[in-house]
Amino acid sequence: MVISKSSKAALWLFLTPVLCWLLLLIVLPHIDLLRMSFGGENDYGEHVWTLQNYRNFFTEPIYWNTFLRTAIFSIITTIITFLLAMPVAFYIVKVVRPRFQGAMVLMLLLPFWVSELVRVYGWMILLRESGVINHFLLKFGVVDRPVEMLYNDATMIMGLVYTSMLFMVVPIISAMESLDDSLIEAAHDLGSGKLVIWYKIILPHCKPGITSGSIVVFMLVLGNYLTPNLMGGKNSLWFTEQIYNQFIASFNWNQGAAFGFLLLLLSSLIIWIGLKLSRQKLGEVAS
Amino acid sequence: MGPSMNNDLSVSNLVKKFGDFTAVDNVTFAVPQGSFFSILGPSGCGKTTLLRMIAGFEEPTSGNIMIRGKDMAGVGPNLRPVNLVFQHLALFPMMNVEENIAFGLRRRKVDSATIKKKIEAILERVGLPDYAKHQIGQLSGGQKQRVAIARSLVLEPSVLLLDEPLGALDLKLREQMKVELKKLQAKVGTTFVYITHDQSEALVMSDRVVVMNQGRFEQLGTPQELYGQPLTPFVAQFVGDNNLWSGEITEMSGADAIIRTDEGFIFRSRVQGEVTVGRRADLFLRPETLRIQPEDKEGLNIFNVTVKTILFDGANSRLLTVTPEDHELLVALPQNRRFDYIQPGQTIEVGWHPEAGVCFAAGD
Repeated sequence: MVISKSSKAALWLFLTPVLCWLLLLIVLPHIDLLRMSFGGENDYGEHVWTLQNYRNFFTEPIYWNTFLRTAIFSIITTIITFLLAMPVAFYIVKVVRPRFQGAMVLMLLLPFWVSELVRVYGWMILLRESGVINHFLLKFGVVDRPVEMLYNDATMIMGLVYTSMLFMVVPIISAMESLDDSLIEAAHDLGSGKLVIWYKIILPHCKPGITSGSIVVFMLVLGNYLTPNLMGGKNSLWFTEQIYNQFIASFNWNQGAAFGFLLLLLSSLIIWIGLKLSRQKLGEVAS
Repeated sequence: MGPSMNNDLSVSNLVKKFGDFTAVDNVTFAVPQGSFFSILGPSGCGKTTLLRMIAGFEEPTSGNIMIRGKDMAGVGPNLRPVNLVFQHLALFPMMNVEENIAFGLRRRKVDSATIKKKIEAILERVGLPDYAKHQIGQLSGGQKQRVAIARSLVLEPSVLLLDEPLGALDLKLREQMKVELKKLQAKVGTTFVYITHDQSEALVMSDRVVVMNQGRFEQLGTPQELYGQPLTPFVAQFVGDNNLWSGEITEMSGADAIIRTDEGFIFRSRVQGEVTVGRRADLFLRPETLRIQPEDKEGLNIFNVTVKTILFDGANSRLLTVTPEDHELLVALPQNRRFDYIQPGQTIEVGWHPEAGVCFAAGD
């Protein structure tokens, strides 16, 4: 294809802001972080190039254990979110009358108009020892003394699922909208029960939506800082907190940068494995 | 028991209401084993609802459906011995031809070797051998059609339901598939229940046709009966083309009536239903019953028309003519070179036999 001069100019005109954004805010900081992650000081306080920051991650169990924990909890959160999002999406797309569909999606969207911090504090008001739920449990005599529902892994996962719901439901809705009802009826007519229809027709059809939703949710949860920190408490150490500690508490920017890169690489690796396992290609999912 | 044993499908007093709207209104019929039965009606007449009730996707409000003598009340679509070929076929795009056809068999836990054999046999039957491994997207419209039919037929249903499956095809292919479907039905011997709004599909393929309108059955009969002896004005108008006159009955003579049309023609015509002298009536006349310049005028209704245009369409050519009062009439134009002299603007004499027309009492 031959591109004329004017259309070439137009192309650059529209491309420039994007390229600037990518270069200034993503590429340059990352190059600097990469440089920093290989930096260190020798015994005399002089700057040297070293792999020590990366080696620390693998030799100190606390670091890679935290990462492993974070990754596993992120995967669990993604799976729970998916299990909840599937029936929700199905209900919105196939069951509800079309004129209520918009209202349903809006209701899903509404909590996201409030900042994540406010939402998490909302949960804390409900769940803490002197919180709303404990108040009613005591009042109706279900428990004798307040139960601490915050600061454990289950509560943290619940908070993370709540935060990521939308990012799973929306791509699944858009995938499910293109599913012709007659395919479901045809499968039913050919002798399948509900379970087989879900497994053989609905899930395969929604696969691209599920995959893109899962990638987004997994990445968001893995990189989340607020929810694990506030709802998980001291025992639920998240890898982002390790990075934060290195940067802010220890002033060890070199170590923090290395952790940041490890998080990027390892999460990409997990997603790559996930795509391989479900036999999909990133390009197909993105389109 | 008894007579129902020879009928694959019998439906009695079936009613389906959606709120205040009655989609299917007290319908009763039976389909004999191995026959091709069509339900013909305009869109919105309730034929799809009727079919979906037979397939099990809708619960009837009242009445019952028997398939091979078994009552189907409360039986889900997955457990009924009928299969439906959907209007847009509903082939599973994520599976290839073979997997599509195997889908129903796998649900029945048929073993792989038998499935393989059955798929081969059915693909052979619908004229698509060697297509087992093709993806659905690679098939043409007509091939998809056949795969959809194969997917249902392989389950050997008591009744195969077809929901206007030819609607999405282009004209040429549709004509071809009509003949193929009829041949296929004769070959496999399965009872077909076919719904369509296309009268030509129904007439060409069916052993018996029922014309449906506003949830009710207007007339049930062979294609020849529907075309030749329509029992209601709706059937006369819906099946085939018809010219229509309105007028008043002036005299009854034997089985025939004398009708004076609003433009002053006096015609003698056959009568259907209750007609009395002095009542308003509608007269229907098929284009091919009008004879151009008849030599033997004995007993014919004769009048003059002016040719407006020639609608040439090969064997189906017609003349669009007008009476002196500007009433439009279609007249069949046989392509046997006898009428090549006719030109637009010419006035010609046409005649028709009283037996060829049919008179109905007009509605209010």
